[in-house]
Amino acid sequence: MSGVSVTKGAEDAVPASTDLVVLSNVNKHFGALHVLQDIDLTIARGEVVVVIGPSGSGKSTLCRTINRLETIDSGDIRIDGKPLPQEGKELARLRADVGMVFQSFNLFAHKTILENVTLGQVKVRKMDKKTAEEKARALLDRVGVGAQADKYPAQLSGGQQQRVAIARALAMEPKVMLFDEPTSALDPEMINEVLEVMQQLARDGMTMVVVTHEMGFARSAANRVVFMADGKIVEEATPDQFFSNPRSDRAKDFLSKILHH
Amino acid sequence: MFEFLTSGRYDLLGAFWVTVQLTLYSAVGSLVWGTLLAGMRVSPVPLMRGFGTAYVNVVRNTPLTIIIVGSLLGLYQTLGFELGAERSEDIGFRLAVLGLVAYTGTFVCEALRSGINTVPVGQAEAARALGLGFTQVLTLIILPQAFRSVVAPLANVLIALTKNTTVAAAIGVAEAAYLMKNMVENESDALFAVFGVVALGFVLLTLPTGLLLGWVSKRVAVKR
Repeated sequence: MSGVSVTKGAEDAVPASTDLVVLSNVNKHFGALHVLQDIDLTIARGEVVVVIGPSGSGKSTLCRTINRLETIDSGDIRIDGKPLPQEGKELARLRADVGMVFQSFNLFAHKTILENVTLGQVKVRKMDKKTAEEKARALLDRVGVGAQADKYPAQLSGGQQQRVAIARALAMEPKVMLFDEPTSALDPEMINEVLEVMQQLARDGMTMVVVTHEMGFARSAANRVVFMADGKIVEEATPDQFFSNPRSDRAKDFLSKILHH
Repeated sequence: MFEFLTSGRYDLLGAFWVTVQLTLYSAVGSLVWGTLLAGMRVSPVPLMRGFGTAYVNVVRNTPLTIIIVGSLLGLYQTLGFELGAERSEDIGFRLAVLGLVAYTGTFVCEALRSGINTVPVGQAEAARALGLGFTQVLTLIILPQAFRSVVAPLANVLIALTKNTTVAAAIGVAEAAYLMKNMVENESDALFAVFGVVALGFVLLTLPTGLLLGWVSKRVAVKR
């Protein structure tokens, strides 16, 4: 499980020297259910790792442990060399460096789109309001929703809301971005607008952990595919290897169900 | 029948003005205290959660008369707290406000806590993921949305508070019910008129409160 497994053309320039996110021997239970079993996973700077697997395999939980929205029972998680601290100021500081995009967008319902994107900058990064707004508008333009800045989340389509959520995370200038099934709650025609933004991010060299069912995205944007089933990492490979020649029976079975019909 | 109103012996407006003042000071105090209590009840610190829960359950279930009379007899006459006032009627007024805040705060807390439960958990998760601390998540994200969803229940609390201020008469605060007691003693031939006038006074105070806050409740509702 080396750091950089594959480098794609555009990322040749990225200094992928050290490991950014390291999970070692992570275990977690939900009651009797052993959702994460001895998970070892290393994500290098600039790497895009796509986590796929059947429902209930623990992939979302895995994603959420990385910024400690889920606590773990045993094992060790390090981000940029530092172990995840206990709940408190230290953890808040670390979370600011880890962007997160949720399945259900979770934009702040009582704040405008612009306020959603400036809040973290002003309250966490202590940036002045004007600079934060300039940056927010630039980011909103970048994800294609600049015209919606003064609306409220409920007035936007799902795809627009998710792109705002990505902008909100990017405004913190995170070291790594976590995507927890970012397109699963979207109508089919809105999935692509979100995936395009994510593709662009990947090309720009952002370190990304993406839990998704979008195999097209995994093929085109991932450096590495991690296949999970029943709380374990069953297989790790480059997208080409994984989709054309999966090694484990579990992965073959999964792929046969989703790819052929 | 209504001669007592024009006789000049009773300052009805003055008495209701004291009622209004009791209500306003207590309302502001209860809102602040209730918010703090709600913050404690959802806090990650077990000691604060324990205090919040114990306080709410004890005080909410204690009769207001006991709290207010107890604050006069206990806090003032036994322990000598004057709450910065010198004249005895000011001391009574402030003790009454204190008792009303201590009591009404528990109802504000519980209304607010039910409002907190209407805020999807994802809102707090998104805020925490941005790096906001517990207090920031609560004050910037959760409470603003919780308040918007409990304007109508809080209007109920405010209406109950307005009427509960009459208990202050028990420690001699010269509000509407205190005046009514005097009128009942002196105007025994017009009892129904006395009751009717005082009751109408309260309806005039509380009816607009309910209507206004009902309208506000619709205006500020969070769209999801």
